[in-house]
Amino acid sequence: MSNKSTPTERRIILKNADDPNYSNKISCYLREGGYAMLKKSFKMKPEEIGAEVLKSGVRGRGGAGFPAGMKWKFLDRKSGKPIYLICNADESEPGTFKDRQIIHKDPHQLIEGMMIAAYAIQAKQAFIYIRAEFFEGARILESAIDEAKAKGFCGDKILGSDFSCDLVVHRGAGAYICGEETGLIESLEGKRPNPRIKPPYFPAVLGLYQCPTIVNNVETLCNVKHIMEIGGDEFAKIGKPNNTGTRIWCVSGHVKKPGYYEFECGALTMGEMIYDVCGGLLPGRSLQAVIPGGSSSKILRADERFSGKLKDGTDFDWGVEDIPLDFDGPMAAGTMSGSGGIIVMDDTVDMVEAMANINAFYAHESCGQCTPCREGSLWMRKITQRMCDGGAREEDADLLLSVANQIEGRTICAFGEAAAWPTQSFIAKFRDRFEDKVKNPERKKSSLQLI
Amino acid sequence: MISKKNSKVVPIVLDGKEVEVPEGMNLVDAAALHGKEIPHYCYHPQLSVAGNCRMCLIEMGTPMRNRETGEAILDDDGSPRIGWVPKPVIGCATNVSPGMHVKTESEKVLGCREGVMEFLLVNHPLDCPICDQAGECRLQEFATDYGRGYSRFVERKNVKPKRTRLGPRVTLDDERCILCSRCIRFCQEVPKDDVLGFVDRGSFSTLTCFPGRELDNNYSLNTVDLCPVGALTSTDFRFKMRVWFLKDADSICPESSAGCNTTVSSREGELYRITPRRNDLVNDSWMPDSGRELYKSVKSNNRILSSRIDQNPCTADEAIIESIRLLEGKKIGIVGSCKSSLEEQFLLNQISLKTNAVNFIRGHFEEDDGILLSADRTPNLRGALISGFTQNYPKDNLVSLSQALDQNQLDVLLVIDEDLEAAQVDIANLEGVPIVFIGTHTNSTSNRASVVLPSLTTFEKSGTFVNRSFYAQVFRQAVPGPAGVLPDLSLLSRLHNGLTEDEEISPDQNSVWKVMNNVSGSVLKEISLTDVRKDAVLLDSSKWSDLPFVESKALHFEPATKVEA
Amino acid sequence: MNLSEETILKIDALIPKYPEKRSAALMLIHLIQDELGAIDLEACEWIADKLELQPINIQELITFYPMLREKPWGKKHIRVCRTLPCALRGSYATCQALEKKLGVKEGHVRDDGEYSIEFMECLADCGEGPVVMVDEETYENVDSVKAGELADLLTSGTLEISKKFVSYENALIQDSNLEAAPKSKPSTK
Repeated sequence: MSNKSTPTERRIILKNADDPNYSNKISCYLREGGYAMLKKSFKMKPEEIGAEVLKSGVRGRGGAGFPAGMKWKFLDRKSGKPIYLICNADESEPGTFKDRQIIHKDPHQLIEGMMIAAYAIQAKQAFIYIRAEFFEGARILESAIDEAKAKGFCGDKILGSDFSCDLVVHRGAGAYICGEETGLIESLEGKRPNPRIKPPYFPAVLGLYQCPTIVNNVETLCNVKHIMEIGGDEFAKIGKPNNTGTRIWCVSGHVKKPGYYEFECGALTMGEMIYDVCGGLLPGRSLQAVIPGGSSSKILRADERFSGKLKDGTDFDWGVEDIPLDFDGPMAAGTMSGSGGIIVMDDTVDMVEAMANINAFYAHESCGQCTPCREGSLWMRKITQRMCDGGAREEDADLLLSVANQIEGRTICAFGEAAAWPTQSFIAKFRDRFEDKVKNPERKKSSLQLI
Repeated sequence: MISKKNSKVVPIVLDGKEVEVPEGMNLVDAAALHGKEIPHYCYHPQLSVAGNCRMCLIEMGTPMRNRETGEAILDDDGSPRIGWVPKPVIGCATNVSPGMHVKTESEKVLGCREGVMEFLLVNHPLDCPICDQAGECRLQEFATDYGRGYSRFVERKNVKPKRTRLGPRVTLDDERCILCSRCIRFCQEVPKDDVLGFVDRGSFSTLTCFPGRELDNNYSLNTVDLCPVGALTSTDFRFKMRVWFLKDADSICPESSAGCNTTVSSREGELYRITPRRNDLVNDSWMPDSGRELYKSVKSNNRILSSRIDQNPCTADEAIIESIRLLEGKKIGIVGSCKSSLEEQFLLNQISLKTNAVNFIRGHFEEDDGILLSADRTPNLRGALISGFTQNYPKDNLVSLSQALDQNQLDVLLVIDEDLEAAQVDIANLEGVPIVFIGTHTNSTSNRASVVLPSLTTFEKSGTFVNRSFYAQVFRQAVPGPAGVLPDLSLLSRLHNGLTEDEEISPDQNSVWKVMNNVSGSVLKEISLTDVRKDAVLLDSSKWSDLPFVESKALHFEPATKVEA
Repeated sequence: MNLSEETILKIDALIPKYPEKRSAALMLIHLIQDELGAIDLEACEWIADKLELQPINIQELITFYPMLREKPWGKKHIRVCRTLPCALRGSYATCQALEKKLGVKEGHVRDDGEYSIEFMECLADCGEGPVVMVDEETYENVDSVKAGELADLLTSGTLEISKKFVSYENALIQDSNLEAAPKSKPSTK
């Protein structure tokens, strides 16, 4: 689409992952200079590491985009209780498949990042909460931890110092809500993963076993190692101000070359991603919609335009293709970059069925603790299911919107927003399809079954 | 009685009005103190906070301050600008802080309530016509007050197990359950019997017990009281009576010295159920299941319904005259009861003093459950001490009486509601000793008594009990006694007046209290019946601090002395 | 309940890793489920006893998580992803093809107990959708035509050695003796 040449990836995290001469064993990691940053960090003071991470401005890569350095600062270090570090490897956001690559192909990067982080926050023990569907991934991690332990890189008296931190792999069992940090903590404690009310249960103060806990995404923790390699200030130069470092974008759906691509933040726009990097849409198709950040983020209609003022004061006037791929870009367009899962939908997609598919996901995954999410998500699923089964009514679009508005902001955790935003954005941007469903209930021959 | 903690107060602004609330209180309770209801389901003041029903959502804000200088930011009209939290917050989990602003009636809050109400009703079955909870159902009440008023749901509702047996006394209807988790938290925190849980997830979450286990602990019916809807219902009360027909009376459970505050519900003289009443100093909001069964004793087969002389029915007057004839001028042994009210024990003691009788009394002791069923299975042992009926701690038998009879020290016995043989009194010693028996149910002693005078159960009269913590609490009459049965105070006052030349005592609570107040050295000196009727009154127990009270540490109770092994 | 020595040793080695016993519940359940196929009531009570909990605490977990089972799946369990990215690439047709070929509806076990199909939520490999998992192996880009072929290989017992269907796990490089690549090879940067 653009006159420039195809944007090139900058593989920092995934540098070695797809190299045919690189395996997930420690010999390869050491060969490429692995664990050198661990040694360097252990010569520093823990606060200094935290300062570097704060300077780097690295934001959480799990979906919320909260600056990791700030999260570490909120940690209650004065309580006298043991501190815990948890890696959130429960990748379940539809459209996201980046942590899978790191865990299966370059696990030692994660382990080194975690040990540096553990040292920085003086954690007593660290856990990797991995989703159970990654059977081999759990085995790979456990064997990698054994390798690292044998060389003194984790476990007892790391690198011969006084600091010990055991690393335990804990498998989940197939629940999306375990990706929510307090839900994860409850699951790790052996209870039903019902998220906790915040306040007062902020993990940094009252987390695992009511002790201060830091929960970070896999990609975020890997970035810690690279921050230590080049320093926080240098890292902050990668990408754009407030959107530092690289991000692994996962593209799926109706493109020629779906997959995972690592770029500097803001290095390319949505259009460049879809048309240049991913080879464009399938032959004869045109773009209908894009979900930019995993199914929880608000959908973008292909012919939409967005305008306003950015944080730095500059005006912007974008089409979907112009949205820069970083944290603030999608946010300015009224959506979010979330976990980086870009789902591309072409003109064959029946939007009501797509909505039904997403609603069914959230209804299934709701933990059931609080009323709005529990009843609202199931109600929305039932409505869209009925619409797709031929029972659509004229008032359904308004009803769906009203139900979604009643969920947003009223729940214990962000799952409420995650369930409400898709419905709100679909109705806002594709209302004509919902109204059309009343008159034309049958699925078009060119559309795939989605529910 | 809701206790008022005498701690510091904190100023907040509630719906534009400045008010003071106790420190550390949450917003639901704080608003209630000032007459504003914030509807809630899962919150209970005596259980841990769950925060999952989302019904108590309110708007909250704090005055904005300049980040650097710390000065308050002001609006154009000089009032502090309030930084309202963008999302509504739950009141039950938010503690008051100085200067906090709260909105409980704004459009946003009303919209939240409508929304949550709608969601609760979406999968709720249309059971009102057959549901016991109707009339005291919080879903009904809040739907009327805060709901949308019409339904927009046209899909199929979830189907779950209905009318299952959750335990021997509790019936569970899973479809009605709103998943507030009060029952689960209660079972974990009070009887500490972790037997309830949710299985499945999302909207299909279902309350259940593990197969093979049941909700059978002695506090299972409290979950029925706690349940805001008709999911957990009492199997005993099921389908018996609509609650709006019931008349409630405040009472005290006579099962043990715990002194649980209760509400006795009746209609047209018939008792239907007993439920606990909230008292933050005595029983929180709980009572044991075994105490609730006691209302059945009122109509049991062995209830004494008429006076008897030598086992032949007679009128009450005839029986009283015969009793006075048997007791006058003789060496009387009076066996009092720890189940009698304070007023009755006092009157009985007056009779004793004026006839130079010898007093005997036994305690009924069993295992203490550490919660609300104490080792002392009588409600008013301490009343016997305070009324002066006994100086010593009662033993668990009447062997001393047996010995006194053996040594021919007594001519006649006046027995209040005890079974002498069961109390280890030798039958041989009872030969030839006339007995005047006053009691509610027949036993071996009433069967051999010369005169039997029927008395009233706790539900049929009013009186005062003193519980294990020395709180004096009144219980009120709920139903009238059987026809022709004189109230206990009348009975005792007529005996008193007939056996002595001293001033007569009128047979009503007020008169008895006036006499009690005037006893020198009495701990009741400064306390009036009006005081005790308003609130539980703590009495001075120092006189009896050396006695071997059998109760052990329990809910709201610390034993003052070491329990003798 | 008969657990093998090996599993019991693993369980006993696992519990001390956690600061509180209850945390070991999920991992314990996985170990037992891997051996026995499912967690029945007796196993619930055994686990509760081992961790000093009540049986209801374990049953709460088993019924919450889709991957924990009260009744076992078939000898070979197939998971097909139904969430939007895979659905966009035809996973519904994939699932129907597998149902037809294997003679069992999704969510059920075939009468002879050999196969079962589960139409699951996102398996986190969306770029290569539709994604089908057979036991622990993840197969990518399985459209309805390939699904038929996969089912044939599966029923003939030759899926594992098939060159056409290489699972994500089998494609991983796990060799610890790899040497560094010569410098002239184009880097992925």
